Amino acid sequence: MPAISMKVNGKAVSGNVENRTLLVDFIRTNLGLTGTHVGCDTSQCGACVVHIDGKAVKSCTTLAVACEGASVTTIEGIAKNGTLHPMQQAFHENHGLQCGFCTPGMIMASIDIVKRNGKKVSEEVIRRELSQNICRCTGYHNIVAAVQSAAEKM
Amino acid sequence: MSDTGIGARVLRKEDKRFITGKGQYTDDINLKDQTYAYFVRSPHAHATIKAINTAKAKKMPGVVDIFTSKEVEEDKIGGLICGWMIHSKDGSGMKAGPHPILASGKVRFVGDQVAVVIAETREQAKAAAQAVAVSYGVLPHNVDAGQAMKTKAQVHDVASDNRVYNWSIGDEAATDAAFRSAAHVTKLDLINNRLIPNAMETRAAIGSYDTGSEHYTLYTTSQNPHVARLVISAFHGLAPEHKLRVIAPDVGGGFGSKIFIYGEEVTCVWASKRIGGRPVKWTADRSEAFLSDAHGRDHVSHAELAMDASGKIVGLKVHTIASMGAYLSTFSSCVPTYLYATLLSGQYDIPNIYAEVDAVYTNTAPVDAYRGAGRPEATYLLERIVETAARELKIDPAEFRRRNFITQFPHQTPVIFCYDAGDYGAALDKALELSDYRNFASRKAASAKNGKLRGVGFSAYIEACGIAPSAAVGSLGAGVGLWESAEVRVNAVGTVEVLTGSHSHGQGHETTFAQLVSERLGVDINNVAIVHGDTDKVQMGMGTYGSRSGAVGMTAISKALDKIEAKAKRVAAAVMEASTDDIDFKDGTFTVKGTDKKMAFGEVALASYVGHKFNSSEIEIGLKETSFHDPSNFVFPAGVHICEVEVDTETGLTKIASYTAVDDFGTIINPMIVEGQVQGGVAQGIGQALLEGAHYDRDSGQLLTGSYMDYNMPKAANMPHIENFKLGFTFTKCPSNPLGMKGCGEAGAIAAPPAVINAITNALGVRDIAMPATPLTVWNAMQPMKRAAE
Amino acid sequence: MENFNYHRPATVNAAAALLKKSKGGSYMAGGHTLLPTMKQGLASPSDIIDLTAIKGFSGITIGKSAVVVKGGTTHMEVATSAAVKKAIPALAELAGKIGGVHVRHKGTIGGSIANSDPAADYPSACLGLGATIVTNKRKIPADAFFTGMFQTALKDGEIITEVSFPIPKKSSHMKFPNPASRYALVGVFVSQDAGGKVRVAVTGAGPKVFRVPDMEAALSKSFAVSALAGISAKAKGLNADMHATAEYRAHLIGVLARRAVEAAK
Repeated sequence: MPAISMKVNGKAVSGNVENRTLLVDFIRTNLGLTGTHVGCDTSQCGACVVHIDGKAVKSCTTLAVACEGASVTTIEGIAKNGTLHPMQQAFHENHGLQCGFCTPGMIMASIDIVKRNGKKVSEEVIRRELSQNICRCTGYHNIVAAVQSAAEKM
Repeated sequence: MSDTGIGARVLRKEDKRFITGKGQYTDDINLKDQTYAYFVRSPHAHATIKAINTAKAKKMPGVVDIFTSKEVEEDKIGGLICGWMIHSKDGSGMKAGPHPILASGKVRFVGDQVAVVIAETREQAKAAAQAVAVSYGVLPHNVDAGQAMKTKAQVHDVASDNRVYNWSIGDEAATDAAFRSAAHVTKLDLINNRLIPNAMETRAAIGSYDTGSEHYTLYTTSQNPHVARLVISAFHGLAPEHKLRVIAPDVGGGFGSKIFIYGEEVTCVWASKRIGGRPVKWTADRSEAFLSDAHGRDHVSHAELAMDASGKIVGLKVHTIASMGAYLSTFSSCVPTYLYATLLSGQYDIPNIYAEVDAVYTNTAPVDAYRGAGRPEATYLLERIVETAARELKIDPAEFRRRNFITQFPHQTPVIFCYDAGDYGAALDKALELSDYRNFASRKAASAKNGKLRGVGFSAYIEACGIAPSAAVGSLGAGVGLWESAEVRVNAVGTVEVLTGSHSHGQGHETTFAQLVSERLGVDINNVAIVHGDTDKVQMGMGTYGSRSGAVGMTAISKALDKIEAKAKRVAAAVMEASTDDIDFKDGTFTVKGTDKKMAFGEVALASYVGHKFNSSEIEIGLKETSFHDPSNFVFPAGVHICEVEVDTETGLTKIASYTAVDDFGTIINPMIVEGQVQGGVAQGIGQALLEGAHYDRDSGQLLTGSYMDYNMPKAANMPHIENFKLGFTFTKCPSNPLGMKGCGEAGAIAAPPAVINAITNALGVRDIAMPATPLTVWNAMQPMKRAAE
Repeated sequence: MENFNYHRPATVNAAAALLKKSKGGSYMAGGHTLLPTMKQGLASPSDIIDLTAIKGFSGITIGKSAVVVKGGTTHMEVATSAAVKKAIPALAELAGKIGGVHVRHKGTIGGSIANSDPAADYPSACLGLGATIVTNKRKIPADAFFTGMFQTALKDGEIITEVSFPIPKKSSHMKFPNPASRYALVGVFVSQDAGGKVRVAVTGAGPKVFRVPDMEAALSKSFAVSALAGISAKAKGLNADMHATAEYRAHLIGVLARRAVEAAK
């Protein structure tokens, strides 16, 4: 099995994987970081979203071997020194989660949305850009509110 | 109201682990030496199993073992049960076909599990599953509820016409008489589309057997782990309850689909023993979830509503065919009967109602409770026909509803329920105001200028939830009682642990239950822990569904808190050398009337355990109390939702222009959480109305909507913008529980579909449109020729 | 999914050589078509040749008369490129409607075009602008490139290295997404070149992307919505599924073409 090494949440990690091993399985199984979830098998739900080199991508549709040398950030890696990321804090304050299963992907996707669209990102853009993050609990109302609120603070 | 007590918008205590990726869902758990299960599923809708050859698959890398119905029968593992007996009109019991945990002799729907492969890795199990050779003899199939009693495809031997039961409620003769004297009758044929629940966490299980202690453990995605333990013990014959621990850790949404006991979970427990005690883990792919989770709804109905000359409703007649799918799932039989037809009176004073329900087998996934369960179907039927009647009578739909509202309580309907409290006119008034109904015409004109058709639709829903009085449900055929348990443990330092039989899978119990404790005992909310989801910790419970955790679960906690308070008063009295009658307890402090003596709650807690200051033969050491609460009635939340839509006349695309929800949930513990429940419920209701529909191909019996490529889940852009989604509350106290609470979890999913469809039919000027009202469906309805033909 | 050999060559030539050597290999760029297909068991290549490490394989150049997008350029790069937005705004808009954000971060123009998914968006821009698809072997006009459902003129081992889009006078893209998958139920790309010649390309509606000659002729005479009056697409031969009948798709072609003409800039 090929050996791979990459940076995950700022730490150098390595492991042996099959070529077919998906990044999400490497993260969950090899690294034990189970905050990244799998919610579908057709690359559509967004529960598995992580950042690779700062961009939101689906870790279920990325080969672990293709991430050799990359810098990966998961939901476990965005709080700094015990302080929640503004997006995490905003999801909490706006009740942007219920069962919590889609939440890690939702937060990682939302950070990317704000990074690209800035503080004044519109509700229209947030809703459109969350089109591949599915939540069954919240009706998205408070998620959208959370993203807008975090945008002001990021 | 304190900052963290009843009525406060307390931010959720459980959030931190979820927003930091530290939640622990079943698939996040890995046990030492675990194996992986993968199920071989039927590719046919209906077929005999002629032979299963596992020889080649067993030799594949990593395969530990492969089991089929042969091994299930060898070990005498019982089949899945349906826990609610429904009797037909003629007095005969429902016709329940066998439901083995692995199909025996026959498969009855695409996805029916035929065999299980246990292997060292998931990939190996999956690869070997593909090598299991099953020889099928294909039989005629039927996926359509409406055709079930006419088809040659007989799903179970016990039901020759595929009819599970032919059940009725109400007085047929009186209803017929009312129709004969009616001035106007409105008739409507309606289909309530089949839905697939789609909790974002798929079902998963780890079964583990300890060969030393002969003890089983099941980690599973369950809304009611105790019921799972009871059923697995009593009916599958796997282990007695004291030898089986069921743990439902963090669960990623349920919506009903995780109430039921499924074959896969039972198989994992059984297989672990069969392979010598190694744990067996199974996590459903989303594709498997689509095929094998219990679906919801799927009704075909004909309804007639009779009015007198003044527009007063005098009678309602309903016939419904309800698809049960291929097997009777755990609670399926009560959904289209006692959770459906009992709600057909809605918010209206209808003197005569008669409903008949034919439950039928089809070659589809089992159908059972999905958010609202029966009540959305009842509300859809009634609110559609009421709206249609108002239009036919040329009475404003709000006015027509008001004219027929129940205004006196308690109100006994002709279909079992006795509504205890409500003020439907108040909810209507508030909804009209919040939605700015009076200016609808000007918004319609503005939409028209942009080439859009605007429509408005109402839904005045009621539901019976907080299920329910055990004796009542028992008399109606339920196999279990529907009480709830609570144990309150006060620690010596004054912190509190609440063990509850309710289960939180998104509802926020760790916060709201703690708010109740904080309010009652004056304890800081952070000093309260809510323990749930583990049968070794919580003795017994009935779980969370039917919006019952507040009205039933919290009432049990409240009653246990009553006992805690009483006991603590006795301790405080002894320590402060006063009479118990002279002890007052307020804001966490015990005082002696007429003196300045006082003790903090924590001090009394400590004294309870130290035991130095009282006679332990008179007052028992400790501060721990239990309550089993059985409610005296269902609770009856109700409200009025108003939806406005804009239809693009060129493409048929419908947009929710605005949505207004006014609900009466009685006492609200945490408005933030309740609003979240309404928003989420409405999203599911909008999903049913506009987006979602399970679609089985009539010819092949295949599920065509088997992934998110074709099953349209509500997404952020499908929902109304924040400023256009208005929530309001009215209040009548529920008299059947001390907190005055009603349920809020299902309201949105119940109310929304008719509000949306009434708005679309209003916009288009058509009588009916099928759900989901996709762009194609709406465009078809708009074709002038079709309109002319109607 | 089945296991495979994985390669990450640094040059186009090395990639082509690896593919030639493999038993049944496949190129992969963003992987957002290939990996889902493999996960469903519908493809199991012996080798995956990952093109993302090839130097100079992505980037956008704006020439005097054409926008040249390298084969490995992601949808996000095209969607957010200020230069593309200025030269061919409809092309940037189209790229911004592909999939979702996560797909656009990884999906590439070469991968999209090479797949010739009947519901993909880029093929309509290629055909609608009269693009030239450049491979490691030759240049192929868009009109000859898309040969059928999931079929192109690409020969074994050929890699799309760049796509050259002529800069039109006006252009516009309208998409009506499949409500569930968000792929194009119907997409229409309209352009008018400097000489006034119009192209109308349709995706999502047929087995492959196609042009609508009647509309092109009418719009070439007069580039106005009114020119489309009385011209309707034929339903015969169009896709039909649970989301849209052929008749509905034909109708949408007309609606979107009118909207595209109206919005063209």
